[in-house]
Formats: sequence, structure tokens, C-alpha cells
Amino acid sequence: MVLFEQVVKRFGSNIVLDHLDFSVAQGERVTLIGPSGSGKTTILRLLMTLEKVNGGVVYVEGQPLSHMKRGSQLVPANERYLRTVRKKIGMVFQQFNLFPNMKVLDNVTEAPIHVLGLSKEEAVDRAKQLLDLVGLGDRINQHPTSLSGGQQQRVAIARALAMQPDVLLLDEVTSALDPELVADVLNVLRDIAQSTTITMLIVTHEMQFARDVSNRILMFDKGRIVEEGQPDKIFSNPEHERTQTFLRAVLEER
Amino acid sequence: MNTSIWDWTVVEDVIPLLLKGFAVTLLATVVGSVIAILLGLLLAMARRAPTRLVRVPVRAFVEFVRSTPLLVQLFTVYVLLPSLSPFVIGASVLGIHYATYMSEVYRAGIDGVPKGQWEAATALSMPRGRTWQAVILPQAVRNVLPALGNYIISMFKDTPFLAVITVHEMVFQAQEYGSDHFRYLEVFTLAAAIFLIASYPTSLLVRRLEKRLGH
Ligand SMILES: Nc1ncnc2c1ncn2[C@@H]1O[C@H](COP(=O)(O)OP(=O)(O)OP(=O)(O)O)[C@@H](O)[C@H]1O
Ligand SMILES: [Mg+2]
Repeated sequence: MVLFEQVVKRFGSNIVLDHLDFSVAQGERVTLIGPSGSGKTTILRLLMTLEKVNGGVVYVEGQPLSHMKRGSQLVPANERYLRTVRKKIGMVFQQFNLFPNMKVLDNVTEAPIHVLGLSKEEAVDRAKQLLDLVGLGDRINQHPTSLSGGQQQRVAIARALAMQPDVLLLDEVTSALDPELVADVLNVLRDIAQSTTITMLIVTHEMQFARDVSNRILMFDKGRIVEEGQPDKIFSNPEHERTQTFLRAVLEER
Repeated sequence: MNTSIWDWTVVEDVIPLLLKGFAVTLLATVVGSVIAILLGLLLAMARRAPTRLVRVPVRAFVEFVRSTPLLVQLFTVYVLLPSLSPFVIGASVLGIHYATYMSEVYRAGIDGVPKGQWEAATALSMPRGRTWQAVILPQAVRNVLPALGNYIISMFKDTPFLAVITVHEMVFQAQEYGSDHFRYLEVFTLAAAIFLIASYPTSLLVRRLEKRLGH
């Protein structure tokens, strides 16, 4: 489903990802953990095509994402190509990034109408269903600024799902929330994980949540995977010393 | 000949003429504003174009126009394009001149929209044009409406420059009447009063807008 092949990403002279290889299967839910600066966000941003690779290729559903085919060659993707392939991917950001100039409903119908070409009625139906799912069916005519952070983030989840992406990227979606609002958002995501087969790449510091919803954990350090495995194994019995110190530090924080 | 300092018959005499000129002043302001508002926006967006081939020349154009005086621009175009009517030249040059100033205002508004808005639009696969139209501009323009309003008022007050290329706006009329009758005090006082009456309420309006937008 998702495949990173020898991916290199640099910012200036800072090599963030150094020939990274990993893959995520269809329907799999994978959580990326690791210390700050280890490249987790960068991986998601590369998948969302918000960043460009400096080397290697990213594939989604067997189709190159960072590149496009020209004859038998792979050349860097241009904007037109990206517009077609990035529809497979959806992302929820730490800072929600709802459009403040649109009502909640319009936030969720905007792209289905103008990108997927749904009729207004279809888009509204779909949006209402999703907003019900995230518990905000009664807020459709409000503006995002009148909602709490947790509610905004749930709208952002509905907005991403309205595009029916194959892969959903979640980058620390509860980190900007007051502690009492975190649970609602995580419960919505648990529901979605249970009731759909959407592939998920998750970056979170909520270890219990990661344990509950993930099929696999990838532990990153300095842009490399130092350990991977099933949640029980990683959280109860980590092998690598970096994983042990990282998890200890995270647990102490709480 | 009446030799008192202030002559009311002159006032009576000149008012219709000044109002006729004022109509031209207003029309030049309206046409100039429309050009400035639209072209200014285009220039600002062009400075965010994906390619340097667009960004660099647009930036050079904006800098050039901003750093040369309006009066010189008016004269130059007037001399270069004698076939166009002075009004068309006047309103267009005024509009283009102010477009470059407004483009800077728009640019500040556009820069003020958080990067996350562009990224959210990308994450929804929204095309660039739609992102501008539905996400960026509504937020950017809202924040700079008062600044645009202030530039329109400045433009209004710059319309007398059009007199030098023989546009029959209000100050041109005042000038002509003055030199014909050797009465300047009444005509120019009246002209100033008309400017004040028109622009003061407009500035109040802009200030109210500023308050409402929470500046
Ligand atoms: N736009 C950028 N410009 C320059 N350097 C960047 C940029 N984005 C990320 N980096 C650098 O890339 C490295 C990896 O950053 P990234 O955000 O992927 O880490 P992370 O694992 O998500 O960390 P955190 O847990 O703090 O979110 C860091 O050293 C960071 O400083
Ligand atoms: Mg991060």
C-alpha cells in the first residue's frame, strides 16, 4: 500500500531520512514513535506530498507518488501528476487547520464538491454522516472558531474522511488539545479504526491509544527504524536500548 | 470690478462648474479604484507564482512604479500615447500606480494567512486556483480591507494631478475659472471644501470597518 524505497530527505545539510525503507500493508494501522526530530512528521509530509524527496521513491498502491513514469523512467512528479495521486491520501494536522472563513459543513463539503465533483446534495449527505460520526452533527452551521479545539479536530477528521482516502495520516492530532478534550478525539479515531479498513499512519505520544489501534509500531531514531513489532511486544518488552529509554521518558512525562 | 476679499457671486457662479469637475474626479476615482483593486490583487498573486519567470518581472514592475512619481508617469504616458483620451490615460495610470501599492497590502494579507491553510488545501487535493479563491483570498482580503479603503481615499485626493494632462476634473475647472476671472480664493476654498465633504465620511467609514475587524 505504502512503500518507502531508499528515501532520502535533507533540509540543507541536515539529513533527516537516510535511505529509509519501510512499507505498510493495505488496511494496516501503523504508529510511528520516536524522539523529537527523528523524522516522523517528515515521513507523513512526504506522503502527503507537502515535501519532496531528495532521493529514493515513495509508492502508494504500487503507484509512484514522489515520481511519475515517463516511458520506463521515473522522473520527479510535477504538480499536475501530484494532483491526481494525492487524492489517495488524507491528513489530519496537529493544528487542525480548518478553514476559518467557512462553516463547519462547508469545510467538509468543499473538497468533495470541487475536487471529486460530487453534487452539492451528495456532498452534504456525506458530510452530515461524517459529522454525526464524530459527534458534531448539531454544529454544521457554526464557524470553526466557535468550537473547542477538540471539536475542531473532530471536524478536521471528518473533512479528511470526506475525501475517502485510502491512507489516513494523523500527526500528533491531540498534542494541541487541552487534556480533557483528548479522549473524545481518540475515541472517534478508535471508532474509525474499528469500523473501517482505511490504512493509517499515526504519529502520537498517546501510547495507550497507539497500543489499542495499531497493528504495528515503528520506533524511529535519527531517521532510521531502530525497532519494529506488534504493540504488545514493543511496549511490554522492547529490545532496543533506544526504545527502552524513549518509552521510559514518555511514561515519566505523564 | 468687485475688490472685496470674498465674493459670494463668484461662489454662485463657480459651483456648477466645480460640480461638473467633481463628477469627473469621482469617475476617475471609481475607474482607478476598480483597476487598482483588481490589478493589485493579480500582482500580489503573481508574486506567489510557482515560477521565478513570473515573480521576478512582476516584482521589478511593482518596484519601478512605486519608486517613480505619479506626475511623471502621467506625463510620460500622455506623451507616449497621444491617441488616447486624457481621461482614459489619467484613470488608468492612477489605477496602475495605486495597484502597485495595493499589491503590497494584499501581499501582507496573503502572507498573514497561516501556512497550515495552504497545507490543508493541498491535503484535500484542492487545485491552486480553488485554494486561492475559496481559502486564501477570503482570509487575506478581509484583513486588509481598511488599508485598501485608505488607499482609495489617497487616490481620490491624488486626482488633481490629472489636471496636468488636461483632464477636466475639479481642480482643472477651478484653475481655469480662476485664471479667467482672477478669482482664486473662492474657487480653491470651495474645491477644498468639496474634497473634505467627500473624503471625511469615507475615512470615518474605513475607521469603523477597522474597528469591526478588530484592528
Ligand atoms: N521545513 C524544515 N526546514 C528545516 N528543517 C526541518 C524542516 N522540517 C523538519 N526539519 C528538521 O527535520 C528533522 C526531523 O523533523 P520532524 O519534524 O520530521 O521530526 P519529528 O519526529 O516529527 O519530531 P517531533 O516529535 O518533534 O514532532 C528535525 O531535525 C527538524 O529540525
Ligand atoms: Mg512531528
